[in-house]
Amino acid sequence: MEFLVASAIGILTASGLYLVLRLRTFPVIMGTSLLTYAVNVFLFASGRLTVGAPPILTDAARYTDPLPQALVLTAIVISFGMTAVVVMIALGAYLGGNDDHVDDPSTEAEERT
Amino acid sequence: MTHWLILPIVLPAFLAPFIVLAARYHITIQRVLSLFGALALVVVGLGLSVEASDGTVMLYQLSDWAAPFGIVLVGDRLSTLMVTLTAVLALFVLLYVIGSKWDERGRHFHALFQFQLMGIMGAFLTGDLFNLFVFFEVLLIASYGLMIHAGGTPRLRAGVQYVLYNLLGSTLFLFALGAIYAETGTLNMADLAQRVALIDAGATVGIRIAAVLLLMVFAVKAAVVPLHFWLPSSYAEAPGPVAALFAIMTKVGAYAIIRVYTLIFPPELAATADLHTIWLLPAALLSLALGMIGVLAAKQLDRMVAFSVIGSMGMVMISIALFTPEGIAAALYYIVHSTLAAGALFLIADLARAGRDNLDLTAQPQVAGAKLTSALFFVAAIAMVGVPPLSGFVGKLLIMDAATQSGLWVWIWAVILGASLLSLVGFGRAGSVVFWKSRSVAPEEGATPAEAPSALSYVAVGGLLALLVAHTLMAGPATQYAMAISNQLFGPERYLTTVLETPGKLSDGKEEAH
Repeated sequence: MEFLVASAIGILTASGLYLVLRLRTFPVIMGTSLLTYAVNVFLFASGRLTVGAPPILTDAARYTDPLPQALVLTAIVISFGMTAVVVMIALGAYLGGNDDHVDDPSTEAEERT
Repeated sequence: MTHWLILPIVLPAFLAPFIVLAARYHITIQRVLSLFGALALVVVGLGLSVEASDGTVMLYQLSDWAAPFGIVLVGDRLSTLMVTLTAVLALFVLLYVIGSKWDERGRHFHALFQFQLMGIMGAFLTGDLFNLFVFFEVLLIASYGLMIHAGGTPRLRAGVQYVLYNLLGSTLFLFALGAIYAETGTLNMADLAQRVALIDAGATVGIRIAAVLLLMVFAVKAAVVPLHFWLPSSYAEAPGPVAALFAIMTKVGAYAIIRVYTLIFPPELAATADLHTIWLLPAALLSLALGMIGVLAAKQLDRMVAFSVIGSMGMVMISIALFTPEGIAAALYYIVHSTLAAGALFLIADLARAGRDNLDLTAQPQVAGAKLTSALFFVAAIAMVGVPPLSGFVGKLLIMDAATQSGLWVWIWAVILGASLLSLVGFGRAGSVVFWKSRSVAPEEGATPAEAPSALSYVAVGGLLALLVAHTLMAGPATQYAMAISNQLFGPERYLTTVLETPGKLSDGKEEAH
C-alpha cells in the first residue's frame, strides 16, 4: 500500500508541475489543483499509514494519528477557496483582455505593434 | 496569562465583518472604524513592545490547552517589534487611502484591509508552524482582494500571476509541513526546536529536505532571487497604497526565516548548518544585484520602486544569512528602515500620478503639486538608496560591519557598494526625468490642470518620512534594542521554557496522551 500511495503522490505532483508550466490559465489552474490533491494525500500519509484503526485513543494499542486528518481538512478548505478565487480573477482578466496567457502582457503588446 | 496578546488578531477579525455587514454603504463610518482599528493596534503594539522589552516572553494558550497540543501565541521582543511596525505602517497607509479617496474606487477596501492586518499580525505572533501557514493564507486571501481593488485588465492580469505564484508557494509550504510532521510528530515551534536537536545524525535526510523546502517557501514570500518573479508586476500594478502596505509582506518572509532558522534549525545544528552560507547568502547577493539593476532598467516609476524592494530585501537577506547576533541585529534595523522607506516610495509614486496618464519615465507636463511631491521623493530616494544622512546609510554600515566576520566579506562589500551606486544612478535619473525635466515641457493647450493631492495624503507620506528621520536620529538606542532582540533569538531558553512548561489543560496527562 505504501508503494501505491507514494506513486499516486508522485504522479499527481509530476502531472501538476507539467500543467503549471503551461502558458495559459486553464491548464495552470488544473495543475495547481492536481498539486493540492497531491499535497493533501501527502499530508494524510505524514501520520503513517494505518488501516482499520480508529483515530481516537482507546485501550487498544493501535490507533490512527488524528492530527494529519485535521491538517488535511484545513488544507482542503483553503485550497478549495483559493482555487475558486483564482478562477474568478483569471476569468475577469480573460474577459477584460481577451487573452488568457499567464505571463506579462507588455512584451506581446510590443510584438503586435 | 495576558489576554492583550491576542488582541492584534481578534480586533481586526471582528472589525472586518462588522464593516462589511453594518457599514456597507457608509464610507465615512467605514473610515472611522478602520482608523480606530489601526490606532488601537498601534497602542496595543506599543504596549506589548514595552512589556516584552525587558526580555519577558508572553504566552497565550488558546482555550487553555498546553503547548504541544494546543495552539499558542508567543510575544517576545521580535514579534512585538514587528506587530508595532505593521500597525504604524497600516495607520499611515490608511490616512493616505482616505486622503486620496482610493477606498471609493472599489468596494470593501476597509474590510479587506483589516483582514490583511489580521493575517500579518497572526503570522508574527503565532508559535505554531501550521498556524503560521493558516495566517499566511489569511493575509494572502485578503491581499488578493486588495491587489485587484478598483479593477482594470492590467491589474487583473498581474493579479492572476500573483495568486498562482502564491498558490504554488502554499502547496510547497504544505509539503514542508507534512515532511516535518512525518519526521518529528509535532508542529509547535518550541517543541520542534527540542525534537529536531534529538534527531540521530545518520537519519537527517527527511528533516534536511523539510528545512530546504521551508526555506524556499519563506524565500518566495521574501522575494529572494530566483523566487522573486511574482513581485515586480503585482506591486507595480497594485493600487499605490496597497503596494505600500505590501512593503511589510516581504518582511513576513524575512521574519519567518529569522524565527525558524534561529529557533528550530539554529546555525549550530549540524544537519542544516550549510544552508545559510551555501544557499541563502549567494541568493541574497543575487537579489541585491538584480534588484538594483532592475531599478536602473525600469521604464516606469512604480516598477522601479518594486525592484528597489527586491534589492532591499536582498540587503536584509545578506545580513540574515550571516547568522551571527550582529548580522541579525543589523537586519532588524534595516527591516524597519526598508519597510518605512518602501511604503513611503510607493505612496509617492501614487502622488506622482496626479495629472499624468502613466508613470513612464519620460518627460511629461508637470504633475499637480509637483514641488512638494518632488521634495518628498528626494528624501525617500535618499533613504532607499542609502546615502547619508538617512537611516539607509546607517543600516548599510551596520550590515557591512557585521559582514567583516564572514569569510566572504570581499564579495559582500563589493556587491553592496556596487548595487548602491546602481540604485543611486537609477533613482537620480528617475527623479530628474519625472520631476525636473517636466518643468521644461509645456502643458497641452486647453488641458485642465489636474487637482493636487489632498493635504492628508501629504501628511501620511510626511509621517512615514518623519519616522525614517527619527529612526536615523535614534539609531543608537535602535541598534541597542536590535542587539537585545538578537541576543534573545540566539538564547532561546526562556522562549522554550515559557512555551513548554506553562501549565494548561492536559499538561498533567502528557505521558498518557502520547
